[in-house]
Amino acid sequence: MKLLFERSVQGRRSDILPEITTGNYRPDEKYLRQRKMHLPEISEVDLGRHYTQLMKQTHGVNDGFYPLGSCTMKYNPRIDEETASLPSFTQIHPLQPLSTVQGCMEVLHKAEKLLCEITGMDAMTFEPAAGAHGEYTGLLLIRKYHQDRNDSERINIIVPDSAHGTNPASAAMAGFKVVNIPSNGKGGVDLDALRNAVGKDTAGLMLTNPNTLGLFDPNILEITKIVHEAGGLCYYDGANLNAVMGRVRPGDMGFDCVHLNLHKTFATPHGGGGPGSGPVGCKDFLRKYLPCHMVEERDEFYYFTDPEKSMGQVRSFYGNFLVVVKALTYILTLGKKGIPEASGKAVLNANYMMHRLKDHYHVAYDQICMHEFVLSLENLKKETGVSAMDIAKGSLDYGIHPPTMYFPLIVHEALMFEPAETESRETIDEAVKIYLDLFEKAYSDPEYLHNAPHHCPIGRPDDVKAAREPVLKYEFND
Amino acid sequence: MGRYIPETLSEQEAMLREIGYTSIDDLYSMVPEQVRLKELNIPEGKSEMEVLEQMKEIADHNTVFRSVFRGAGVYAHHIPAIVKTITSKEEFLTAYTPYQAEISQGVLQSIFEYQTQICELTGLDVSNASVYDGAVAAAEAIFMTLERNKDEILVSDTIDPETLAVIKTYCESRSVKVKLLKNRNHLTDPDEVRKNLNERTAGLYLENPNYYGLIEDVESFAKLMHENKARIIEGCDPVSLALYRSPGEMDVDIAVGEGQQLGMPMGFGGPYLGFMTCRKELMRRLPGRIVGETTDHDGRRAFVLTLQAREQHIRREKASSNICSNEALCAMTASVYLAAMGPQGMNDLALSCYSNAHYLAEKLAELGFRRMDDGEFFNEFLTAAPVDPKLLEERLTEKKILSGLPLEDGILWCATELNTKEKIDELIAEIREVIE
Repeated sequence: MKLLFERSVQGRRSDILPEITTGNYRPDEKYLRQRKMHLPEISEVDLGRHYTQLMKQTHGVNDGFYPLGSCTMKYNPRIDEETASLPSFTQIHPLQPLSTVQGCMEVLHKAEKLLCEITGMDAMTFEPAAGAHGEYTGLLLIRKYHQDRNDSERINIIVPDSAHGTNPASAAMAGFKVVNIPSNGKGGVDLDALRNAVGKDTAGLMLTNPNTLGLFDPNILEITKIVHEAGGLCYYDGANLNAVMGRVRPGDMGFDCVHLNLHKTFATPHGGGGPGSGPVGCKDFLRKYLPCHMVEERDEFYYFTDPEKSMGQVRSFYGNFLVVVKALTYILTLGKKGIPEASGKAVLNANYMMHRLKDHYHVAYDQICMHEFVLSLENLKKETGVSAMDIAKGSLDYGIHPPTMYFPLIVHEALMFEPAETESRETIDEAVKIYLDLFEKAYSDPEYLHNAPHHCPIGRPDDVKAAREPVLKYEFND
Repeated sequence: MGRYIPETLSEQEAMLREIGYTSIDDLYSMVPEQVRLKELNIPEGKSEMEVLEQMKEIADHNTVFRSVFRGAGVYAHHIPAIVKTITSKEEFLTAYTPYQAEISQGVLQSIFEYQTQICELTGLDVSNASVYDGAVAAAEAIFMTLERNKDEILVSDTIDPETLAVIKTYCESRSVKVKLLKNRNHLTDPDEVRKNLNERTAGLYLENPNYYGLIEDVESFAKLMHENKARIIEGCDPVSLALYRSPGEMDVDIAVGEGQQLGMPMGFGGPYLGFMTCRKELMRRLPGRIVGETTDHDGRRAFVLTLQAREQHIRREKASSNICSNEALCAMTASVYLAAMGPQGMNDLALSCYSNAHYLAEKLAELGFRRMDDGEFFNEFLTAAPVDPKLLEERLTEKKILSGLPLEDGILWCATELNTKEKIDELIAEIREVIE
């Protein structure tokens, strides 16, 4: 398909701005740029059509089943888009006088109260703009806490081997050393390994529960106790909160701080990779280290306050505010019963789908799962040569987005499915039928799957070439 | 009340029976008894109609200004109608990060187009797919300049205070020393730079135009830094780049900035867009997603996420950054915006901002709001305050006009294309009333 620049014709334009009426002010020549900017010169109608073409080559939640594990691709309600588009939210400058932004502050305040109740935390910041950004912020809280107590030895963050890659990366960015610990035979934290890993150098533990295998760790209270007794803090990675929201709270499981992914659990759209929102909640004793701009209510008026020993800021202003508006709309819609209903149905969907696949595919950990489950295609690959990648690519031809591939790293030939609660039984049944077809195809015509997909806008791209000879922008002729 | 779950309860029970359970609670048997939650202490759910009413009522507690003369990092602009139309398309809105290239060519191509446009604006070689905002882009750029023996960064105190706050947090966590340089007449002071430069200096970060709207002598700072084997990072205003010399023309190593002006509403602070570009030799130090062009097995043009060896899901604790979600839809917004405006439109826009701001400065000066500096400015400038700035702000707010931002040493005014002669004349008339 043509690029915007290949549709450009010199001199074409749309008339968007009026004539300048304030006179003939111009900067001195010496300040002006010499090099011409190649921006597309294109009519509005052609611009619209260009993106309609691109749209047709993009698969969103609205196009079909999207069981991408750990990403919680649930339906994004339209009403959330509508409230976030209200001009009295979108047209507000972040540095307006406080009396003129009371509505925005009420949004932040309400969202904080509701999400604190859902997570069992006491305070929450909305500054972080995504999950990884939230992890970084949460880890800085832990760092500040130890620094404040002059406990400079605590430099290690313990991370299980099943963790998301962002966990160790965030810990490193926050200035910690990463200590990896193995999982036990049931996919949970190996308690002995944890006991051996903790000590005077332990700053904290980062944990996802349910973990990336989709399993709830039944030893969770013991785990957080071990860390606390060693003087460390417990960090809850909220990526998988959709399995348990409204049913069990990180705060009650012994976690001291948590980040949420509003773009997963609270139904705000992913936008092809952002904008997200990764608020961080904490227990009271960590409140004083939170980022600046916390919202406080006094006498029915909202104020910003900076916590006493604030870590400073991790982003400008108050985070991705309009994303918070969407999440708040969602929470108000679901309410006290809707939230646990959503998590329950997510878990039901995953168990139902796993049950229907497990006579053919090998389930990595055959037990009750939470909102997602992991298949291992190791045997299938041995027998047929067809890999997890081949099955995933094969599913593209049926119009479903593949599950997460090759993750978690501790399962070989892994496919991780997360059929969110908004998917109906019929959708899952249809997907199951497709995956069973693909399973048969692996035996009858493996070559076909090695070359899949066959009916998408492109076939498998050459990733090696892309990395070896990077072409990262369009090259103009002049 | 609202649920977005397709099945009725009895349908769900049938699903449960089929897999051998009687209730959903059975599926939570792994959760220790003592921490199972009985009930969430939040209000009951509401219908769509009720929620919309409630959210509108909350929104009504905000004031939307008719006229905005405040910038300081966030700017009111006209957003072409086509921008929202395109970025609201559900495919773009609801897709995840484009891991599966075969069904994500739309998002991938749009990011590739975005990267090209940002390189054109800045005159540099390589762009990433965006980061969270301009402030984070600045902090991440600083990390790109670090070397084994270079762990200090010079930062001009003429930069946006929001950006400075983020830089401080990020640098502290990585034990990078930030040396804040005192300005001279609201411009970065070359003597301060020289005084603070040493063999540990990794680079200099400054903004152009700076927080006070002034144009900095970036080129001479670039020369100075390069002579001392250090890098220079320019934080830039993307609208001004349509008019002023680009980072590439001034020998800058890394250019970053806040992309909000390129089609995003002010939205009380976000979502925004952090753009980042650099010279080719720094390519593998760029954080975050990068889209590259390649071919599929039939030789067709294809776009993919590339250079992933830098990233967290491969390198874990050794990654160049922890970023995964960026601001893809905002990047697309900027790309559509730049295409809708075109080169002429962007030039007209920048000239309009420039002209309106200079007219505003002249009119304000007539009322005693004289400029505090005499350097070249783009569309923001600092003036003296012959009346109490807070009182002025209050009185103008009653008229739904947002005044310049009161700072310690004056008022920071701003004009964009929206502040036409008519709007400025109206402001001036209102101020005259306050003074008299």
